[in-house]
Amino acid sequence: MKYVDEFRDRDLARTLAAAIAAAVDPARDYNFMEFCGGHTHAIFRYGVQDLVPANVRFVHGPGCPVCILPARRLDDAIELAERHGVILCSYGDMLRVPGTGRRSLLKAKADGADVRMVYSTLDALDIARANPGREVVFLGIGFETTTPPSAVAIAQAQAEGIANFSVFCNHVLTPPAIRHILEAPEVDPSQAARLDGFLGPSHVSTVIGSRPYEFLAARYAKPVVIAGFEPLDVMQSVLMLIHQVNEGRVAVENQYTRVVTRDGNAKAQELVARIFELRPSFEWRGLGSVPESALAIRAKYAAFDAEKRFALSEKQSRETKSCECPAILRGVKKPKDCKLFGKACTPETPMGACMVSSEGACAAYWTYRRVETLAEMAAE
Amino acid sequence: MCLAIPALVTALHDGAMASVSVGGIAKQISVALLEEVAVGDYVLLHVGYALHRVSEEEARRTLAMMAEAGLLQAEVADMAGLPERAGVGT
Amino acid sequence: MTTPPPDLSGAPDLSGTPDLSGTVDMSHGGGGRAMARLIRDIFLRHLANPLLDQGHDATRIDAGSGRIAVTTDAHVISPLFFPGGDIGSLAVHGTLNDLAMAGARPVALTAAFIIEEGFPLADLDRIAASMGQACRAAGVPVATGDTKVVERGKGDGVFITTSGIGVVPAGVDIGPRRLRPGQAILLSGPIGDHGIAILSKRQGLEFGTEIRSDSAALHRMVADMVAVVPGIAVLRDPTRGGLSATLNELTNAAGVGMLLDERAIPVRPEVAAACELLGLDPLNVANEGKLVCVCEPEDAGTLLAVMRDHAEGRDAALIGHVTVGQPGFVRMTTAIGGQRVVDWLSGEQLPRIC
Repeated sequence: MKYVDEFRDRDLARTLAAAIAAAVDPARDYNFMEFCGGHTHAIFRYGVQDLVPANVRFVHGPGCPVCILPARRLDDAIELAERHGVILCSYGDMLRVPGTGRRSLLKAKADGADVRMVYSTLDALDIARANPGREVVFLGIGFETTTPPSAVAIAQAQAEGIANFSVFCNHVLTPPAIRHILEAPEVDPSQAARLDGFLGPSHVSTVIGSRPYEFLAARYAKPVVIAGFEPLDVMQSVLMLIHQVNEGRVAVENQYTRVVTRDGNAKAQELVARIFELRPSFEWRGLGSVPESALAIRAKYAAFDAEKRFALSEKQSRETKSCECPAILRGVKKPKDCKLFGKACTPETPMGACMVSSEGACAAYWTYRRVETLAEMAAE
Repeated sequence: MCLAIPALVTALHDGAMASVSVGGIAKQISVALLEEVAVGDYVLLHVGYALHRVSEEEARRTLAMMAEAGLLQAEVADMAGLPERAGVGT
Repeated sequence: MTTPPPDLSGAPDLSGTPDLSGTVDMSHGGGGRAMARLIRDIFLRHLANPLLDQGHDATRIDAGSGRIAVTTDAHVISPLFFPGGDIGSLAVHGTLNDLAMAGARPVALTAAFIIEEGFPLADLDRIAASMGQACRAAGVPVATGDTKVVERGKGDGVFITTSGIGVVPAGVDIGPRRLRPGQAILLSGPIGDHGIAILSKRQGLEFGTEIRSDSAALHRMVADMVAVVPGIAVLRDPTRGGLSATLNELTNAAGVGMLLDERAIPVRPEVAAACELLGLDPLNVANEGKLVCVCEPEDAGTLLAVMRDHAEGRDAALIGHVTVGQPGFVRMTTAIGGQRVVDWLSGEQLPRIC
C-alpha cells in the first residue's frame, strides 16, 4: 500500500535505529510521552522499543478516546439503548468497554437492546433514513479527527430533515489535555518535570494543524514533534526529539508533513465550530475534570443533541475499584504497576478501558509485550 | 487513536462523495471535509471521510530524510574515526 | 401414450419436475409427503450417490483397514452466500479439512440440516447443489443425512452440521505432542481471505472489490504431503481466530515457543488493505482453505515443493520455527525488525476506528 509499506521498511528502520543510537547521550534519559494511543499501538505492534537504546523511554499518554471516556458517559449510552429504546449506533471500539458494574454495550445488545456497530456516521444516517419510526442515536466519541465526521452528519441530517437522528456527543480536545498533564500539579507534581518532550498527535493534527501545540513549546519549554503513526514515523520523530533535547532547543516540529500543515484543515475546523461549542469542563477518566476540553452541540442544533432529546437519569457511576487506568492514562504508572493487570484484568475479562481498547497501554503490554512484562513483574 | 489510511481517489460523485481505492479495494467515501480534491489525489481516510490530501512530495522528502539520517550518522562516525554502529536489537 | 392410473396408494407423489418457487414450512420437517418431496427434489437430486441410495437409517461403508478418524462440525454463517462459496461448500470443505489435518484420507461425510420456516426453497437448492459439487470435486460422498425445520425466528436461515470419517494411513502420527524446538513452520498460502470476504458482505463494510473466501478442500494436497513426508509433526487449519489462534493452541498444548517472521507471512494486498481499513490484524482473521504444517527443518523444502504443486498451496511459505523460547508463547520478528508477542484474538473481532 502506497504511503504505508514504505514507512514499515526494515532497512530504513535499521538506518534510523543506528542514527538514534549514535545521537543519544548515554549519560542521560530521554522520557518522551506519546500522546496518542495510535503511537502506543505502533510502538508495540512493531516493537519499536527493540530498536531504540534503553535510555529512550516511551511514556504513554491519554490519547485514546475509548480509554478516557468516564463510566458515567458509557452508562448514559447504555441507558439510551436500554431505557429509551433507541437504535444506538457506535463505532466497534466502544462495544466491549465496561461501564459501571462491568456492563457494556455488547452485553446490553445481548440482553435485547438495539445496538448496532457502524463504521461511519454515514452508516448511522442510513440507518436513520431506513427506520423513520425509530429514534437513532450515534454515540460520538473521539478527538478532533473524529469530530468533523459527526459534524457532517448533523449538518446533513438538518439539510435532509432527518428528524429521528441525534448524536450523543463525547468529542474531546487534545491541547487542553496536554496542558492539563503539564499544569495540574495536584495530579502529579513530578510528571511535568519528568517529560523531556512529546510525540504530538498525528491524525488530530491533520485537522487542527501544528499551531495549537506551539503553546507547549513556548510556555512549558517542552519539545514537540508531530509524528505519523507508522513505525518509521515514530522512529524519525524520536530522533528529532533527541536532537532538540541535545541541542537545548524547544520547538514544535512536524515530522508528518505529508498530511499535517501548520494550519490544518480550515473547512473541517469551520464546520466543527458551526455545529459544536466548548463545554466549560468535561470529565476524563484519569485526568478528572479538565476545563474547556470537550465539545457540546450548539443550541441551534439541539434537535440533533441526544443529551437534550432524552432525559438521562442521574446515576451512581463507578469506575472499577483498584483499576489503575487513571494513573496509567496520565503516564505516571505502568500497566505492570496495577494489581489487576494480567490477573483479574485481561483482554478477555477487562476491568478497565485501557485493557479493552487496542490502543490502551494495558492491552498493548498484554497483547504484544507480555513476555517481557511478566519477566519484569516476576523480578520485582 | 484515529485510525486513518491513505486512499486513492478514482472518481468524484454528487453530494461530496467519491470512489476511492484503498490498496486495491474500492470504497465510497465522503469528501465533504476537503476544500478541493481531484481524481488521482491520495487522501487520508478516517471513518468514511477524507480528512486531508496526502502530499506526494512531502512523503518523498520524509523518506529521503530518513535515509539521510543514516548517511549523516555515517559521516559523523567517519569524521570521528569511529566504526559505524549497527542498529540495536537487530 | 396412456395416462398413468391415479395413485391411490397414499404414497408421496414423487413424479414431475421440482417446484422451487416456494419456501420451507413446518410440513417439510413433519416426516410426511412434503418432507419426502423436499428430500427427493433438493437433497437427493444434488447429493445422490450409492451410499446415500442405500436409503437406510444408517449407512454401511467399507472403509478398508486402518485407524478411523472422525470429526464433526456445526456451520452457522451470515451471510449464507459469500464471494468464493456458501454454507454448503464451506460445510463440505471444513469437514474434509478437519479429517485431512489428522492425516486421514476422507471416506464419507454426513449432513444434517436445520432449516428455518420461510427459508426460500431456491436458496436451499442452491446450497445443496453447492454441497454436491464440492463433494464430487473432492471425491467424497455424503453417506447419510437428516432434515429438521424450526419455526420462524428460531433459526438463521439454515444451519448445517456435517460429520466426516476417514482412514489414517499407517505410519502417520500427527499431533502437537510431536512439536520440538527447531522444527519448521510452513503455511500453505495467504491468510485472512475468508474472514475479510465475510466481513465485506456485512452491512456498512461493503467493498466494491470482491475479496473471495479461500474455502477449499485440502485433503488431496495433504495426501501428497504425507505420502512424501509421513513424519509430519503437525497439520492444522487456521480457521476461526486465524493463524494466531492456531499457533497459540499448538504452543500451549506442546509447551514450546515459536518465532515467526512477519515479512514471510503471505497476505494478499487487498486483504492487507481491508485489515488496515478496519483496524484488524490479518493474523486473527479466519481462513477456510489454508493449513499450517510443522515438520523437521530438513523436510521443509520438500513439503513446500509438494504444496506449491497444488492450487491450494501455490503460495506456500516457511514462516518461522518452533523454539525453546518462552513455552506457550508465539513471538514474531516484526516488519521493522522489532519483536512482539502474537496473541490470541480477544473476544469477537470488531472493526475499530482508533
